[in-house]
Amino acid sequence: MQEFAVILVSSILINNFVLVQFLGLCPFMGVSTKLESAIGMSAATTFVLTLTAMASYVVDVLVLMPMGLIYLRTIAFILVIAAVVQFTKMFIEKSSPLLYRVLGVFLPLITTNCAVLGVALQNASKDLNFMQSSLYGFGAGAGFSLVLIFFSAMRERLAVADIPAPFEGAAIAMITAGLMSLAFMGFSGLV
Amino acid sequence: MKTWVTPGGVHPPENKHQSLTLPIGSLPLPEKLLITLSQHIGTPAKPCVELGSSVLKGQKIAEAAGPVSVPMHAPTSGTISAIEHRPIAHSSGMLAPCIEITSDGRDQWQAHQGIEDYKNASASTLLQAIAEAGIAGMGGAGFPSAVKLNPGSERPIHTLIVNATECEPYITADDSAIRERAAEIIEGIGILSQILGHPDNILIGIEDNKPEAIAALEPHTQDSGVSVVSFPTKYPSGGEKQLIYILTGQEIPSGGLPADIGMVCVNIGTTYAIKRAIVEGEPLISRVTTMTGEACGINRNYETLIGTMVSHMLEHSQFNQDRCSRLVMGGPMMGFSLTSAEVPIVKTTNCILAPSYDEIPDDEPAQPCIRCGLCAEACPVSLLPQQLFWYSQAEDHERLEAHNLFDCIECGACSYVCPSNIPLVQYYRHSKGEIQKARVEKVKSDHARQRFEFHQQRMEQAERDKEAKRAARREAAEKAKTAKSGSEDKSGAGSAADIIAAAQARAAARKVSPEQQQAKFERSIAGAEMRLQMAEEKLAEADDSQTDEQKNILVAAAEAARQKLEQARGRLAEHLKERNGEQVD
Amino acid sequence: MIETIAQYPILAALIALVGLGILFGALLGFAAEKFKVEGDPIVEQIDELLPQTQCGQCGFPGCRPYAESIAKGDAINKCPPGGQATINAIANLLDVPAPELDAEHGEEADVKTVAYIREDECIGCTKCIQACPVDAILGAAKLMHTVIADECTGCDLCVEPCPVDCIDMLPVEETIKEWHWPAPPTTADLIASDLRPQL
Repeated sequence: MQEFAVILVSSILINNFVLVQFLGLCPFMGVSTKLESAIGMSAATTFVLTLTAMASYVVDVLVLMPMGLIYLRTIAFILVIAAVVQFTKMFIEKSSPLLYRVLGVFLPLITTNCAVLGVALQNASKDLNFMQSSLYGFGAGAGFSLVLIFFSAMRERLAVADIPAPFEGAAIAMITAGLMSLAFMGFSGLV
Repeated sequence: MKTWVTPGGVHPPENKHQSLTLPIGSLPLPEKLLITLSQHIGTPAKPCVELGSSVLKGQKIAEAAGPVSVPMHAPTSGTISAIEHRPIAHSSGMLAPCIEITSDGRDQWQAHQGIEDYKNASASTLLQAIAEAGIAGMGGAGFPSAVKLNPGSERPIHTLIVNATECEPYITADDSAIRERAAEIIEGIGILSQILGHPDNILIGIEDNKPEAIAALEPHTQDSGVSVVSFPTKYPSGGEKQLIYILTGQEIPSGGLPADIGMVCVNIGTTYAIKRAIVEGEPLISRVTTMTGEACGINRNYETLIGTMVSHMLEHSQFNQDRCSRLVMGGPMMGFSLTSAEVPIVKTTNCILAPSYDEIPDDEPAQPCIRCGLCAEACPVSLLPQQLFWYSQAEDHERLEAHNLFDCIECGACSYVCPSNIPLVQYYRHSKGEIQKARVEKVKSDHARQRFEFHQQRMEQAERDKEAKRAARREAAEKAKTAKSGSEDKSGAGSAADIIAAAQARAAARKVSPEQQQAKFERSIAGAEMRLQMAEEKLAEADDSQTDEQKNILVAAAEAARQKLEQARGRLAEHLKERNGEQVD
Repeated sequence: MIETIAQYPILAALIALVGLGILFGALLGFAAEKFKVEGDPIVEQIDELLPQTQCGQCGFPGCRPYAESIAKGDAINKCPPGGQATINAIANLLDVPAPELDAEHGEEADVKTVAYIREDECIGCTKCIQACPVDAILGAAKLMHTVIADECTGCDLCVEPCPVDCIDMLPVEETIKEWHWPAPPTTADLIASDLRPQL
């Protein structure tokens, strides 16, 4: 039990994928202009991360390791991720066309989100069991969602504020992200 | 009695003592009175008198137009000198339809009497009398009282609240009215209670800064079932929603009315007017208005005739224009500035404020918002004025509605406390207007879309019908052909000759008479002449601002029109020659 | 069996990847059938925001074709009757930046206009009736034509076809009922004495 708590706290706060490990920065910057789209994106990414963690564990243990194809991990995991993302895309297109339209190109880009591949490879290299892998994937998604939602709320406020011209847009967003990252560094050593 | 405390609120200096030193006075009769036709919420009244006719005091001069409307009455006897658009006291500065009466100095009442046995009259009779007397809410909103007092049988009223709060600084109209007319006011409350079917609770809500008024009311409320409830002074306790919360602890649902929770709230001045209407039969033609501010030598309350010009009031109050920083109709928190004193008093005018520069200095320019949050602390409706301000600047209508912009009562407490002098209420008013406009646009565009879609359907149907007819004709022709060709060839040839003969006969029958043809040619000449005239006019109008190219085009057009006229004339000449030729032959 | 395949690494790799590919492909194919989407509801939502004047100034024969084009990625700043407010609303819906109105397609009119037929000159040809997209003109062949002002959207399409040029576009007067508070001035343009109303 405690082990699961440790995994969750570690993946959500201490080793936050976006602000500490600096993975998955593309959707972090790209989909954080509006709170609604950020929430949608975080839900989609969490879904993908959890499913991918589970599926990649299964592929790793049932196909790659027995056949001695550990060197094919990256390719195989990309295959798994692509399939899961495609599935998610179809699901979102059906259930919320507006969210689908809003996420636009960032939805298929979850495939190339290094956080997703990162989770899968880290699970494999750390030799976690099924429960631990899925939890790690879910925690990664939860951490990503937390940070994305905070960041988009801040960007919405920044959008209506009076910012000096050289800093408008991506510049002030980067500075904000850097400050958030500094804040999250404070979690190190928690566990 | 238990009272509740509203959230937020501010305590601006009261400044009420200046206008309470003298009793309610009256102004000399003005020469001209200007009665606006829209002094109330709802449809403007329609004039029912002619220009130049004489009217008596209290005579109806405009009819209520529609279910939510009130009539207007002449405040004094005289003649109708104008029915036109005039400047009124409105923040837009636009004109509005008004009736002007030039008084004849006699101030002669028309014959009037109240309802004799009003204590036994039915609610509908009383409501009818109130509607006929033109009574609208005199606390500031101007909602037709007869409509407010008739919420319908699905909404039984258990609490009647009489609003004697008068929370805004400087205004003392209700205070002085209560001091002098307490007995009549209590009678009026009795009438209201009768109309509403004797509600269980009747409360007069009054702030504790009016001890004299409370003392004046109490002797009359001993056995009448009316309770005078006083509570600590705070701005804005006088708002309907706020007062109901203070006295009963209940909140009106967002977007709802007091009647939805079984309550009715009436201003105490309106109560007095209702009493005068029912008992004495007097329509609403005057009200108590406070004239105050350091720029006026005399600060007191006046029983002012509706339609009195503000300039008339200022004239008789020792007004000093140089001292006056601005003229305000209403109080310093919710009133609005007047750009001219030549505007009339209306039924909802409770105060004319002429402050000096010490009392109300010029506005400092607004500075950036420092996000201090004082505005949120001051808001009596527990809104987030800071967020509303940011979203109003960003014109984010969705977020504004999500933050309950339309629940804002525009009391001004947030602007009052803002350290950056930001005119917050103006931003909210602007955004409310924009959202209203967008809603109206949406309704119109949805309607236009419907009509367009129907138009397209109609076109498609017409096409289909045409196609069907064409197909049917083709089929019939085919059938006729096969039927004919089915029989012998000879009769086929014969029938071909028949068909040709039939066609020729039809052509001959269609041939118009020579007179009709001539008329046709003459018409086309007339048309060509007209077109030529228009082309020449356009050419004449073309001034130097037009380029040479445009002028050439006009010249060419005129030339073409001339040629067409020539042709038409030629055709008529030929036709006449032919006819004459025929006749000769 | 797996051990035997493991002896031929390339074969193993091939079988593994191809096998995985086929498996996931099958799953996706099944999902594609289950989650099929008909039509494009986003077009409806865009069409709701357009002003429905059907004037054609955007270059499309009506508001719905333009909405369909926007759904395919067309620029959102082509609608003059909608003005900046419509551009902002569509930008908000699609989460794209809101550009300025494209002047090529027309200017945003300050005042709304409605058509008015000068009845003395009307010849009853019905050309304007056929042109009106919302059937706002009342009349028939050789009978007087007149514009129903409440239904007219000010799209301008009737002015061209009239052979005697008797249709004017008149501005709609704003009365006190339609007046709304203007935005408070920004501090940059304001000096204190401007605030003092002149008596």
